[in-house]
Order: sequence, then C-alpha cells, then structure tokens
Amino acid sequence: MKLTLKVWRQKNATAKGQLVTYTIDGIDGDMSFLEMMDMLNNKLINEGDAPVTFDHDCREGICGSCSMFINGEAHGPDRLVTTCQLHMRKFKDGDTITIEPFRAAGFPVIKDLMVDRSAFDRIQHAGGFISVNTSGNTQDANSIPIEKENADNAFAAATCIGCGACVASCKNSSAMLFVGAKVSQFALLPQGEVEATNRVLNMVKQMDEEGFGNCTNTGACEVECPKGISLENIARMNREYLAASLEG
Amino acid sequence: MSGLLKSSIGRKVAMALSGLFLVVFLTQHFVINSTAVIAPDTFNAWSHFMGTNPLVQFVLQPILIFGVVFHFVMGFVLELQNRKARPVGYVEYKGSANAPWTSRNMILSGITILAFLGLHFYDFWIPEMIHKYVEFAPEDPTRYYAETVHKFESPVRVGLYVISFVFLALHLWHGFASTFQSVGFNNSYSKALSKFAKVWSVAIPVGFILIAVYLHFNQIPH
Ligand code: HEM
Ligand code: SF4
Ligand code: FES
Repeated sequence: MKLTLKVWRQKNATAKGQLVTYTIDGIDGDMSFLEMMDMLNNKLINEGDAPVTFDHDCREGICGSCSMFINGEAHGPDRLVTTCQLHMRKFKDGDTITIEPFRAAGFPVIKDLMVDRSAFDRIQHAGGFISVNTSGNTQDANSIPIEKENADNAFAAATCIGCGACVASCKNSSAMLFVGAKVSQFALLPQGEVEATNRVLNMVKQMDEEGFGNCTNTGACEVECPKGISLENIARMNREYLAASLEG
Repeated sequence: MSGLLKSSIGRKVAMALSGLFLVVFLTQHFVINSTAVIAPDTFNAWSHFMGTNPLVQFVLQPILIFGVVFHFVMGFVLELQNRKARPVGYVEYKGSANAPWTSRNMILSGITILAFLGLHFYDFWIPEMIHKYVEFAPEDPTRYYAETVHKFESPVRVGLYVISFVFLALHLWHGFASTFQSVGFNNSYSKALSKFAKVWSVAIPVGFILIAVYLHFNQIPH
C-alpha cells in the first residue's frame, strides 16, 4: 500500500515545529504502525534526512511509551491498542495519515513525536506506592484474603501502562483517568489503606501542579485508553479525595 | 477541607453540586409555570406567595442568585484552566470519535443560558424588583397571570425562549447525569439514575417550551 504521511517535525523543545509531508510505498497490512515508521526512517536516513524521533520500547503494548496522535486520535483509530499494536490493515491504499505528538502542557514536546511524560512519574512519586518492609520478612500476599470483586477491580486498574492517551485525548488534557487508576489500584486493597488519605491528596495535588486540566466527564479517555481503564476509577478517586479532604 | 475549592476535584464537585441545586430549582420553577396553563388562579396564588413571602424573597432568592453566579463563574474558571492545559493544539483532533457533542460544548450551551438569563431577568425579575422595592406599588395578587401571558405576545421573544430551552436541554443532557460521576457515585444505581436524568433533561425544557408557545397562542385582551 502507498501512503501519504504528514508528520510533526520539531527540532527541539523550543523550536517551532510543523507538519512535513512524506510519501511511502510498500506498506503491508500486517505491519505494525511502528514498523511503518521504521520504514519511513530508513528511507529518510538513506536520503540523508534526519529520522523522525519517536518513543518506543516493548512494542507489545505493555510499556506505554509509543505515544502518537494519529488522524486525530491517541494511538490511532483502533480501540484497546497502543500505537505499536496498531496494524496497517486499519488503513487503505492511498490514505493520508496525520501523525502528531501528544499535546498537553504537562507533556512538553522534546523532539518530533517524542514528549516528556515525566509528570506522570512525579505524580506516582507523590503517592502511587505502598510502604512495606521488603527486607526478607514480607508477608505473603496470598495470606491476606481479599474480596473477589475488589481484587478484580484493583487488577483492572493496575493494568494502566501510563501511556498518557487519556491526557492526549481529553479536550481538557485532564490526567484524571491515569491518576484515578493509580489511586484505585491501592484504594481497593487492604495494603493500600494505611496511606490512603495522604496518597489521594498528594497525587491530586501533584496532578494539578503539573498543569493538567479538569474533568468534564466527556469520557474520551475511557474510549481511547488502550487498556480499557474505566471511568469508575475517576469516581472512586473523587470519593477518596472528598473523604480525605474532610478528614485531613 | 480548606483548599478544597482550589483543587481540580473540589471544583468539579462544586460544579456538580451547584448544577444539581439549579436542577432542583428548575423543577420547582417548572411546576409553578405549568399552573399558568392548567389553573391560572393557582398560578396567581403561587406567584403571589413566591413574590411576597419574606423567606423566599430574602433567603431563598439570594441563595439562588449566589448559586447561579457561582456556577457560571466556576464554569468560566474551569474552561480557562482547561484551555491553558493545552497551549499548542492539534492540527487534527477527532473529538466526535470518543465523546458526545453535548459534553464537549458545555461552555457554549452555558453561555447561551447565561445570555437567556440576561433576557429573562430583563423581562421578569427587574420589573418585579422595581415594582416591589423601588415604586412600592400596591400589591394586586391577581396581576401575575395576565402580566406573564402578555410577555409571550411577541413571537421574537417566544422564539428566543424556545432556542434557549433547546440549549438548556443540551446542557443538561450531559450535565445532569454527569453530576453523579463528579460526586463519586458510579455504580448500577447511578446508571439507572442517569436514565432518569436524561429523561428529565429533555422533558423539563420541552415543558417550558410548550408553556411559552401555549401562552403565545392564548393571549388575553390587555
Ligand atoms: C448561567 C449560565 C451557565 C453557564 C455559563 C454554565 C456553564 C457550565 C459549564 C462550563 C459546565 C461544565 C463544567 C465542567 O467542565 O465540569 C457546566 C456543568 C453543569 N451545569 Fe451549567 N452553566 C450554566 C447554567 C446552568 C443551569 C441553569 C443549570 C441547571 C439548571 C446547569 C446545570 C449544570 C450541570 C448539572 C452541570 C454538570 C456538572 C457536572 O458535570 O458534574 N448549568 N455548566
Ligand atoms: S489510564 Fe489508560 S490511557 Fe491513561 S495512562 Fe493509563 S493506560 Fe494510558
Ligand atoms: S512500545 Fe511499548 S506499548 Fe507500544
């Protein structure tokens, strides 16, 4: 298949970027989107151009680094997949594909399609952990009985890979789905109870300081999330936050 | 507790609670208006009560005005923050692929309602205030029905009211059901309640439209 690509090119964080048009031929429907990008980069290198910088690591949908905004949607038109899992068969011969970096004040562009998502790390550092003694006398997790429903919901929340598609998709650049998932995965388990109050207060405070927007409950994040993280996690975070504020 | 209104979640909850408060008010307003169609004497009696009862006038009315002002000011504050959160926009952004129009345009429907409130205050509230608290005109408990009917004589005014109620319905279609999520209520009960909220958000504005149109076509001689 032959495609026209409009790719955001930006030399560095402060440079003014723009969309640059490339044509590429010989794309197979079984290729992943990143393999297509590899082909483009090979071509650019052969022609003496600078390759397009983009984040990627696992290429199997678990690291969350392959942030691309494709034809107006985070991770492209397919549902429940990351860019690395997006197949080129979702596109047709002759299509034009627009590829932009994730856009948010909290995710500044580093170069081309690569953005700095360390704001998510700082939110995690603010409270996305539990303090347990790991020096040899940890209690076996299986010895703590947990209600099946809570265990399932905690697991579902914990599948968030921190990709940032929720922020990228939201018209407000809100990070509520990510933070909601990270709060929920502990809020549902007894191990998380000890630090519950400070966790939600500190993580939300950090989220606000990083310049992410507010939630309007549009639900765009849930639709675009490659892991299907549910809006219920935002409601849980709101409950936790209200309870913590009244307490603290 | 302090600083709750400075946080994104605190503000969202405040937005939801003020919205819910306005929903309750709107229901009450609708019930009174509907008597203009089914029982004009009741309309006069209730309007007289609302217009002269000190508790309504000096306690509930200021609370309502505070609620409205708080809601739209907070709406603007959130909107400005949200715009700042994406300083460089996308060249291509497919909002319709993942979120309903109503949820993406709350500020647009809200501003339309605000403009309507300007007209509505000019039509009813300001004349009432002048009548009662500036001119100290003698109170006639039967004046309300005829005054209201005459307001709806102008087809332009009726048209503006109809358009405004359509935007009110769009605002509430997303807003009412959204309040449950905002206050942290998302389970099988809230999903059932959301269905009620959707029905309400269409039924009440359509009801207001029908009343306005009915009064327009049932004018009484001046
Ligand atoms: C006076 C003009 C108004 C403006 C400018 C306005 C603006 C807004 C905005 C911008 C939002 C979305 C806030 C967000 O992003 O979370 C919103 C939500 C809402 N509004 Fe309004 N609004 C107005 C009037 C009203 C009225 C008259 C009602 C009800 C009768 C109402 C009910 C609601 C509700 C229920 C929500 C949802 C809150 C939530 O999502 O939790 N609004 N409004
Ligand atoms: S909630 Fe979903 S979209 Fe957001 S960071 Fe986690 S996995 Fe990505
Ligand atoms: S490269 Fe790891 S999720 Fe796509």
